[in-house]
Amino acid sequence: MGTDVISWVAVVFVLISAASILTVRDWRFALGALALQYFAAFWLVSRHFPLAMSSIKLIAGWMTIAILGITRLNQTELDTDADTTYTGGTIFQAILMGIVALFAAGATPLIENAIPGMGLPVIMGGLVLVGAGVVNLGMTSDILRVTIGLLTMLSGFEIIYAAVESAILVTGLLALVNLGLGILGSYLLLAGYIPLTSPEEEEL
Amino acid sequence: MSAPILWIVLPFLTGGLILVLFGEKYSSYAGGMLSAVLALTAAFIPIDTALLIGSISLKISPAVEVFGRSFQLNTTDAPLLAMIYGISALWFFGAEASGKTFRFAPLGLIIVSLLTASIAVEPFLYAALFLAMATMLAVPMLVPLYQKPGYGTVRFIVYQIFAMPFILFSGWMLAGVEANPGNLTSTLQAGLMLSMGFAFLFGIFPLYNWIPKLLEETSPYAASFLLWAFPTFTIIFALGFLDRYTWLRNTPQISNAILSSGIIMTATAGFFGAFQRHLGRTLAYAAIAETGLLLAAISLRSVDFLSIVFLILIARGVELSTWALAISIIKQKAYLLKFSDVQGLARKYPFAVGALLFAHLSMAGFPLLGGFPSRLALWQELSSVSPAAALWIFIGLAGILVSAIRSLATLVMAEEDAKWEWNETWAQTAMLAIGTLGLILLGILPQALQPFLRGLPALFEHLAQ
Repeated sequence: MGTDVISWVAVVFVLISAASILTVRDWRFALGALALQYFAAFWLVSRHFPLAMSSIKLIAGWMTIAILGITRLNQTELDTDADTTYTGGTIFQAILMGIVALFAAGATPLIENAIPGMGLPVIMGGLVLVGAGVVNLGMTSDILRVTIGLLTMLSGFEIIYAAVESAILVTGLLALVNLGLGILGSYLLLAGYIPLTSPEEEEL
Repeated sequence: MSAPILWIVLPFLTGGLILVLFGEKYSSYAGGMLSAVLALTAAFIPIDTALLIGSISLKISPAVEVFGRSFQLNTTDAPLLAMIYGISALWFFGAEASGKTFRFAPLGLIIVSLLTASIAVEPFLYAALFLAMATMLAVPMLVPLYQKPGYGTVRFIVYQIFAMPFILFSGWMLAGVEANPGNLTSTLQAGLMLSMGFAFLFGIFPLYNWIPKLLEETSPYAASFLLWAFPTFTIIFALGFLDRYTWLRNTPQISNAILSSGIIMTATAGFFGAFQRHLGRTLAYAAIAETGLLLAAISLRSVDFLSIVFLILIARGVELSTWALAISIIKQKAYLLKFSDVQGLARKYPFAVGALLFAHLSMAGFPLLGGFPSRLALWQELSSVSPAAALWIFIGLAGILVSAIRSLATLVMAEEDAKWEWNETWAQTAMLAIGTLGLILLGILPQALQPFLRGLPALFEHLAQ
């Protein structure tokens, strides 16, 4: 009973963090929310995984955030007022997040019926993150936000997939994919930002 | 020595070492040499059979275990490995001739090794994870540090990563369907999940919008390499699904859905390709149309359909590498590759333009070129199944032919007094000549591939029956 309550609290954290990532413009806040999201995901994964294996997801997730954060921290020129201002788009994004939450709440019992034993909070948390990630990817072409969207979608999938597949190789490879996405995100953030000359320019 | 170590770990580690230790020029040679050696090893040294060389006994064992899961490359995989590493060698040697292709050979080698891991891993559905990792490693090849990533690159990453959850989850669902084949709901759900995964991986209409953008904004050589590598391994992966699950290969609705996707891809890509005014984009649409042909081929249930698939794949490797090399050479003169910039370049780059046109015509299925035998066989098979499908495929390829004629018209449209020049280097000319000659030989003597093609279908024991 106690773990169930904590799992539902984790789902609430998932909802708050996913909504914050979608609506708040400040990248620091978005990465902070992502860290909270990974913690909630860790708890939900630990419902089906041993603690040591579920902590791999937490550590890999936080390492990814650290990689992205350090890279973005050195790009202060990119910080503009637009990063912190709320616009009409924010309300639209909040409504979208509401739709995702409603969809997840509607689909959760159906999936629990189809695949018994996964647990309602696990399904709900996973679906919210998948939905939020997809919405995030559809709303932006900003590299950091695209990376966060992919990571959000993946962590939602990992929560659900952990309930059906517990192979160590898959856990390790998924952690590698998460870390790889973090490194890829920082590489793309750096690309074009560092004032290097292209071979074409060097020839001129 | 085990086969996965030889064809996965060795190229992976060597790729990493080349990346750190070698310069651009030597990395292409090193990558090309290693690929050629691996291809020859796969072709001539049997897996899981002891060989006596003097007093030394040599045996390549087929499997290796990692965290309780195995990576297996059996005797039946050898022709496929020879094909993959042989065509990779062509790409890596060509990278030096193509000029400014950033970190191509080492990253390409690592990508090919990861993609090889995707066909070796058991359970095979974990392949989706290796495809995702290969996608991430492809990005530094596409986007050098001095260039901002564009829309095409971002969509490429998103779509390829999107495919992974669908495939992994559908794999789990398919196991349930196999245990209880009468449950129509779970069958439908598993089929839908699987279709979504492969739609993202193949870039089925309308999910291929990133491909022309990618060719427009990144190095055409690197992007074309990915257009060869990813669909090739995805086709093998898809055939693996069809081979393992009886209900997937025996359900006519699934065959029809694959055929329809293939037809739509070929027809739409041919239509859009005919209107392009950019050399890179014409290549992109031709590659999309050919992926459609591959899908149409795997929807067939005839005796020879696997031979048709592999015939398309072999020709595709030569066509794309030759075409991409030619475009890269032209790009050095006309950076934007728009028709207005490349007008009349046939007199300045006669070999590059000639090779480009041969590759383009081959993709369109022009007689006596590499693409023709596979398209002829496909038409023959399709016309007995669905004449309408054969007609739509013909229309799509006609669109690619129109774009080839338009490219030809633009490239030869020079001023009358313009002199003929030879601006390609010896290395570029040699690589272009090898590619063009390969296309002509594949077109005139397709039977030369017969011994090779005979071994490839054995990869899929149920499909080959």
